[in-house]
Amino acid sequence: MKTQRWFTPWLLLGPALVWLLVFNLWPAINTVVLAFTNAKPLGGGSFTGVANFERMLNDEQLVYALVNSIVYMLVCLPLLLFLPLLLAVLLEKKLPGITFFRTAFYTPVIASAVVVALIWTWLLEDRGLVNGLAQQLGFLTEPLPFLSGRWLLLFSAISLTVWKGLGYYMIIYLSALGNVSRQLHEAAAVDGAGPIRRFWSVTVPGVRTTMLLVSVLVTVSALRVFTELFVLTNGTGGPGGRTMSLVMLIQMYSRGFTGHLGYASALSLLLFVITVGPMLLLLRLNRKAA
Amino acid sequence: MTQLTTPPAGAPAKTPAPAPKRRRRGSGFGTMGRREKLLRYALLLLALVVTVGPFVWQLSTSLKGAGENIYTSTPQFIPSDPTFDNYLRVAETIPVLSYAKNSLIVAAMTVTGNAVGATLAGFALAKLHFRGRTLFLALVLGTLVLPGEVTIISQYVTVRSLGLADTLIGVALPTTVAMLNVLLMRAAFMAIPDEMDEAAVIDGASAWQRLIHVGLPNVRGMLSVITIFAFIGAWDDFLWPLIVLTDPQNYTLTVGLQYLSGAFTANPRVIAAGTMIAFIPIVIVFATLQRFFFRGVEEGAIKG
Repeated sequence: MKTQRWFTPWLLLGPALVWLLVFNLWPAINTVVLAFTNAKPLGGGSFTGVANFERMLNDEQLVYALVNSIVYMLVCLPLLLFLPLLLAVLLEKKLPGITFFRTAFYTPVIASAVVVALIWTWLLEDRGLVNGLAQQLGFLTEPLPFLSGRWLLLFSAISLTVWKGLGYYMIIYLSALGNVSRQLHEAAAVDGAGPIRRFWSVTVPGVRTTMLLVSVLVTVSALRVFTELFVLTNGTGGPGGRTMSLVMLIQMYSRGFTGHLGYASALSLLLFVITVGPMLLLLRLNRKAA
Repeated sequence: MTQLTTPPAGAPAKTPAPAPKRRRRGSGFGTMGRREKLLRYALLLLALVVTVGPFVWQLSTSLKGAGENIYTSTPQFIPSDPTFDNYLRVAETIPVLSYAKNSLIVAAMTVTGNAVGATLAGFALAKLHFRGRTLFLALVLGTLVLPGEVTIISQYVTVRSLGLADTLIGVALPTTVAMLNVLLMRAAFMAIPDEMDEAAVIDGASAWQRLIHVGLPNVRGMLSVITIFAFIGAWDDFLWPLIVLTDPQNYTLTVGLQYLSGAFTANPRVIAAGTMIAFIPIVIVFATLQRFFFRGVEEGAIKG
C-alpha cells in the first residue's frame, strides 16, 4: 500500500529524526568521546587518554556513592515490591469512594521530588513533626538527627523514595491484579485459606511477572537517584560528601570553575554500565507485555 | 484496629437480617461482609493519612502566622489564625512569579513539541511504508536503554555549543520530542484497524488527510496522555534545569525553590508556602485530567 510520495514519510518524521540524531544518538556517542578528555563546564578541553578512568579508581567519594547506591537499592527493593501490592489489593474491590482513594494515593507521584524533599526536610528536622510525635509517644527521648548523619540521611532519602514510589507501582500492580483468576481465589477461600494465605499463594504467584517488572524499575530508579539526596543534604552530599549518589557526583562535576565534564562523562559511562543490564531486561519485559 | 478485626461476640447479631447466603471465610466475593468493609475502609484511611498527610501538614504550616508556634509538641493541623502572609513573603524573597512563568514556558514548549513531533512521527511509523522504517524504529528503541542521566553531561555540551546554555529554550530542547512518546503514539496509530485507513486510501486521501481525518480522531486518548506526562515531567524536573541554568533570574520553579530553602532556612512557613506554589498547580492539572492519567499508565506509558 504505497500511495504517498517518497518524501512524505520523511517530512512527517523530520522533527523526530532531528531529535533522535541531535539529542539522543549524538549525546550517547559524545559521552564516550568526552570521557577521554578534560573538558570543562565553561568550554575547551583536550584528550587525556584514560586519565579519567584512572582517577575513578582512586576516588574515595565514588566508593561512598556506589555503596550508597547498593544500600539504596537493597532497602527500596523489598519495600517497593510489596507495599504497593498491598495498596493495590486494597483498591481492587470496587467500594464506594475507591476512585478518590486511588487518586489520593497517586498524588505523591505527580509532585516534584524537590517539593517532596522540602516537605521531608520540614517533617524530619530536629523539632519537626516526626521527632515531635516520636517523643510524645515515647519512642524517642531526644530528637533523632535524621538530616545530619551519613546513614540517617541515606535512610531518610530512602523513605522519601519509597513513599513517593508507592502510588506509581500500585497502579502497575492494579492493572496486573485484574488478570489474577477470580476462580482461583474463590477455590482457595472454599478450601479455607484466609486472606493472608491467599495473598501469598494466589495473589503473589498471579502477579509474578509484574513483580519482576517492578523490581527492575525499582533497581534502575534507585541507581539513578539524585533529587532526594541533593535537596535533603542541601546540595552538600551530607557530612564529608559521603551521602552522595553517582548522579549527584556527575552533577557536582558539571558546574563552575572546579567542574570537570570529562570526569563527569567517565562517571556517566559507569552509570551506563551498571544500568544497562536492568534497562535491557526492562525493554524485553515491556515488549512482552505490549 | 483490633476491635475492627475481631468484633465482640455479640456483633454478628447486628448484621442485617438474612444470614449470609453461603459460608464465607475472610473476604468475600461480589458482596462483602460488613466486617471486611470496615476493615478495608480503616486500612484505606490509614494509607490516606500516610500518603496525603505530609502534604496537608505542609499546607497547614504555610498558612500559620508568625505568631503561631509551629513546633508545638501536639501538632496542630488547623492553623489557629490562617494567613496568606507567608505566600507574600515567598514573593518578596525570590521572584516566584517569574520562576513559575519560566516553568510554564518550558512546559509549554515541551508539550507542544511532543504533541506535534510524536504525532507526526508516530503516524508515519505506524501507517506509512518506506525504506528505513525498521532502522529508525530500532534506533528509537535503542535510545530507551539509556537513562537520561547517562547523557546529561554531553547533552549540556550540545546545548552550550548551540549557544543555549542558561536559557529556557536550552532547558526545554532535549525533551521537546521524546522518543518514548514517538513509540507511544506509534502504538496508538497501530491500534486503528487498517480497513478504516484503506477506505480513505481508496477514496484518494493523501497521507496528510489520512492523518487528520482518520488518525487523529482515534488517538486523542494517547495524545492527551503524552501531553499530560510531558507537562508534569517538565514542571517537576530538577536535575537538568539545575545543570543548564546559572543566572538566578532564569531559574524554573523547582530550582528556585531549592535556592529559596538553601538561602533562607530560617522560616519553615515561607518554604512551606513556596512548596505549595509549586505543588498546587500540578495537583489541579492532575485532578482535572486524572482519568486520562490512569488510562495512560495502564496503556504502558511507563517511564523506566
